[in-house]
Amino acid sequence: MPTITLSGEPFEVDEDGFLKDPARWNESVAKGLASEEGISELTEDHWKVIRYLNNYYKQFGSAPMVRKLSKETGFDLKTIYKLFPTGPAKGACKLAGLPKPTGCI
Amino acid sequence: MPFDPSPRDWLEPTTKFAAGRWSYSAKPKALNTLGFPNPRDWSPAEPDWKLPDNWKEIILQGLKERMGRFRSLRIFMDSCVRCGACADKCHYFIGTGDPKNMPVLRAELLRSVYRGEMTLAGRILGRLVGARRLTPEVLREWFYYFYQCTECRRCSVFCPFGIDQAEITMLGRELLNLLGLNINWVMDPAAKCFMTGNHLGITPHALKDNLEFFVDTIEEITGIRIDPPINKKGAQVLFVAPSGDLLAEPGIFTLMGYLLVLHQSGLDYTWSTYASEGGNFGMFASHDLMKSLNAKIYAEARRLGVKWILGGECGHMWRVAHQYMETMNGPADFLEEPVSPITGTRFENARTTRMVHIAEFTADLIHHGRLRLAPERNDGYRVTYHDSCNPARSMGLLEEPRYILGKTCRHFHEMPAETIREKTFCCGCGAGLGSEECMDLRMRGGIPRAEAVRAVREKHGVNLLSCICAIDRAVLPTLMERWVPDVGVAGLHELVGNALVLDGEKPRTTNLRGEPLGGGVA
Repeated sequence: MPTITLSGEPFEVDEDGFLKDPARWNESVAKGLASEEGISELTEDHWKVIRYLNNYYKQFGSAPMVRKLSKETGFDLKTIYKLFPTGPAKGACKLAGLPKPTGCI
Repeated sequence: MPFDPSPRDWLEPTTKFAAGRWSYSAKPKALNTLGFPNPRDWSPAEPDWKLPDNWKEIILQGLKERMGRFRSLRIFMDSCVRCGACADKCHYFIGTGDPKNMPVLRAELLRSVYRGEMTLAGRILGRLVGARRLTPEVLREWFYYFYQCTECRRCSVFCPFGIDQAEITMLGRELLNLLGLNINWVMDPAAKCFMTGNHLGITPHALKDNLEFFVDTIEEITGIRIDPPINKKGAQVLFVAPSGDLLAEPGIFTLMGYLLVLHQSGLDYTWSTYASEGGNFGMFASHDLMKSLNAKIYAEARRLGVKWILGGECGHMWRVAHQYMETMNGPADFLEEPVSPITGTRFENARTTRMVHIAEFTADLIHHGRLRLAPERNDGYRVTYHDSCNPARSMGLLEEPRYILGKTCRHFHEMPAETIREKTFCCGCGAGLGSEECMDLRMRGGIPRAEAVRAVREKHGVNLLSCICAIDRAVLPTLMERWVPDVGVAGLHELVGNALVLDGEKPRTTNLRGEPLGGGVA
């Protein structure tokens, strides 16, 4: 399994760069992963999405519906794609430390 | 498709793993959960697959055991005459031009080893009779091509012997699984199904939270607050949907359609957080895994004390139910023969499985005048219908969806005859091949379906592709975006939900997506 180093600390990630162990997520992980998702700087809007996803995952153990994410953050899908060019399920979830979704999605 | 076949004899492969045509390996965590052999970190792209030393012995012993266990496999290994009727029927062959994606040749990859290792003629005459030995290169080839088959069974429709290519792929993958050669897109969902109840890992409290979100949305649109029961003991019917409909668009609109029909019909039913998955990714790995995932649904039906099971718009769920359930986990004689309490209709076709498809249930309600419909609400859509492979070819569900579409939409157009009904073309992403890393294969395999959609878009202005499978709903939007932009994708019950008039509802201004009525695809 590949390893990446963020702020001097090694993290195991999958083939697409998602954290292997979501429990190890912290804000420096989000900052470290941002550039590979085509994000030059994390703004307060980015953090709003990232924190919502991370908190939802801690509470429910899975990713929220995109519609719910939109409703709770106030960002429509277009805005979310503007913030995270690879989309909510990839870029946003990755930066929030969620595992990559699999199955009929 | 341009393709340069290898000048070498096909019996001596050097398989090159093309970018975008293979899937990532299963993670050790999933295999440990499932109790599958050889959990480890490995990659199909690396030369060392970290196999046990006696890998060859394991495969040959596994094949021998299965030849004894499955009469179908014995027949399929011996009965093909290489007539080639199947060759150009496969969406992957059409899309990739790779000869080994002809179903006949994909099956020969296994047959040649059977002949070379297990028959006297093959051992003596070798290549003269198309026989070869099992080598590491053959194993690589198996992995590459058995994970380039969606088990859609279109080729079987054209086979004069009725050879079921899906079963050959299933057996090929089952043998590979003995060595831990599997893909994460199959094994991770299967593991999650045991840990949380469904492939997507939606926990019980997340399921409840999602249902509440749908209830709120429905109330905003219709003014009616419904109350879907969860884990209700003594309900008459257990409802099981594919979990994709609980999370991802456009499946969630299909799910709202289920909720509306079930509410308006007055059926005494329940959701389950334990059996919260209709689909069965076990079918893409091994018979034993398929059996244990299927058993979950019946165990829950027994625990809740329901009379029968109603299933959602899932794809391979229905192949498992109709073609394997009875011998694997049946008979389900603790349940009753399904009878609709609303219309009195006896679903005789579900006598053994005691599992009714929601399209059957809804079509029956409409037929008996039990649902008031306003099809003009779907006037923004010019609709065509993709027969999802497994409900079409494995249970013959061809008429009910069309009957429902005819009653809920005023603009419906069929795609060309050779691409629908039992000859339907696969979405190109079934059997666990819906991953991002597999995108080149997906977009190529989807070409025949996309071309058929293009034909009706150009002729009739079709802008919506309807379907009855959660994998379809997950992957067809990407396929349409690539080949036929401006065509949306929807489940059948989304259109039902739009058209259905609930008792006491307020005048609707939007469809279930929250878009203005009559506006077409956004």
